[in-house]
Amino acid sequence: MDTINLSEKTDWAFIEEVKKESGQNPSLCYQCGNCTGGCPYTQYFDYPVSVVMRLLQSGQKETILKSKAIWLCATCETCTTRCPCDVDVANIMDTLRIIARREGKVAEKDIQLFYDSFLDSMKKHGRIFEMGILMGYKMKSGHFMGDAELGPKVMSKGKISLFSKSIKGADKVAQIFNRFQEKAKKHG
Amino acid sequence: MAEKEYAYFCGCSLEGTAKEYDESIRAVMKALGVGLVEPDDWSCCGSTPAHTVSHVLAAALAARNLSLVEKMNKDVLTTPCPSCLMAFKKAQHGMTGSEEFKVEVNELLDEPYNCGVESKSSLQIIYEDIGLDAIAAKVTHMMPDLKVAPYYGCILSRPPEIANFDDPENPVSMDNVLMAAGVEVADFAFKLECCGAAFGVPKREMVNQLSYKVLEMAVDAGANCIAVACPLCQQNLDLRQGQVNSTMGSRFNIPIIYFTQLMGLAFGMSPKELGMDKVFVSADKITRRITKAEYEKIKEEEAAAKKPQKAKKEAAAEETNN
Repeated sequence: MDTINLSEKTDWAFIEEVKKESGQNPSLCYQCGNCTGGCPYTQYFDYPVSVVMRLLQSGQKETILKSKAIWLCATCETCTTRCPCDVDVANIMDTLRIIARREGKVAEKDIQLFYDSFLDSMKKHGRIFEMGILMGYKMKSGHFMGDAELGPKVMSKGKISLFSKSIKGADKVAQIFNRFQEKAKKHG
Repeated sequence: MAEKEYAYFCGCSLEGTAKEYDESIRAVMKALGVGLVEPDDWSCCGSTPAHTVSHVLAAALAARNLSLVEKMNKDVLTTPCPSCLMAFKKAQHGMTGSEEFKVEVNELLDEPYNCGVESKSSLQIIYEDIGLDAIAAKVTHMMPDLKVAPYYGCILSRPPEIANFDDPENPVSMDNVLMAAGVEVADFAFKLECCGAAFGVPKREMVNQLSYKVLEMAVDAGANCIAVACPLCQQNLDLRQGQVNSTMGSRFNIPIIYFTQLMGLAFGMSPKELGMDKVFVSADKITRRITKAEYEKIKEEEAAAKKPQKAKKEAAAEETNN
């Protein structure tokens, strides 16, 4: 593990940003490791969740925002449920993803692309068009053959539609996205 | 008219890959005298992707639907899908907890949401509002070959302050509902272990590895079926079971059935009506049904056959003692 010079490299503004957006106080964490102990994804994380908490306490913005861990977290809520200090750890992970996205520092591009395809479909139709999300993801990620064998299986059960269907108020849902984007622009 | 009536949000999955969850819930609720009314022109809850963008956006996408429910003059919304449930509950939690957050969310909406709707999972409605006695009273058939591992998934009862239902570490609601329906339930240690959630498309192998653990634990617990309450769990364990086998070198062939489908079978409904033909690993072999009367007769005969044996054993034991 790298040595960190805390007096030189602590980004205090970042700590405040996470505190404000998550409503959580990372200082409460005393590194018991309960969150990591219960995390089903820890074997895939580059930094276990308790280490992410420690990096946050020491304001290591770049390391955290560029980590895979924050994107591989599924918000299963085990960490939040078990934290003895009542820190909503999953909320902090969520907030870190939001900041990483905002600053264009996403380490797991495929996951972001999948989420983006999902949101595109939602914005367009008001509801999720499963086939559209998959095709959108394949086009953007270039992983054309992923899950190819599942298509015919799902089709045979009549579970997935080839054609999109929009709700009447699809434009209202798109409006929510638009207003959000306008506001985000205004506030920088 | 139905005795109880709820606003019902099936969510996008239940219109597609989880059709059988919707079909079975509607059938079971009808049998139990519960009316379900869909909000007109509901939209997607936002699910996992929305809260990677912004908490305010995520809450607004969910709250659009909650505001539709307010207009129906309903104060309870039930949804079968844990992901929709969590989106609604988090929106409610955030908006009631902070006036500033509420204002920000409502600024994105055409119709403001006034925080008057409580969201509950359909499992919670079935367990708490309908109750075990009413379920037991509807049972007409038993499935003597079936032993089920009840699998709740991550977020039906977690985090406890937001879910406000059942136990966050060892939930028992689905166990009890299935037992009330006459289904034998296995003691399953991985009730809450994550199946891999929404990463199936971008991180297939990781999901297969996580699902493998759940499937393996169910088999170790002596179960021949896993009961689920989440469309994503169902998909990862059922549709992707073949992938799990090829990735992990396993040979699982264990049906993954919605708990409401099992209830419907116990209520004597046809497998077709419950969408049993829509799951990928067939449950036909383990869901052989006999009537409750036949089942009780068999049990009586078994008990009667055991009695003389028991008496004989006792007599023999007494002789040895003497």
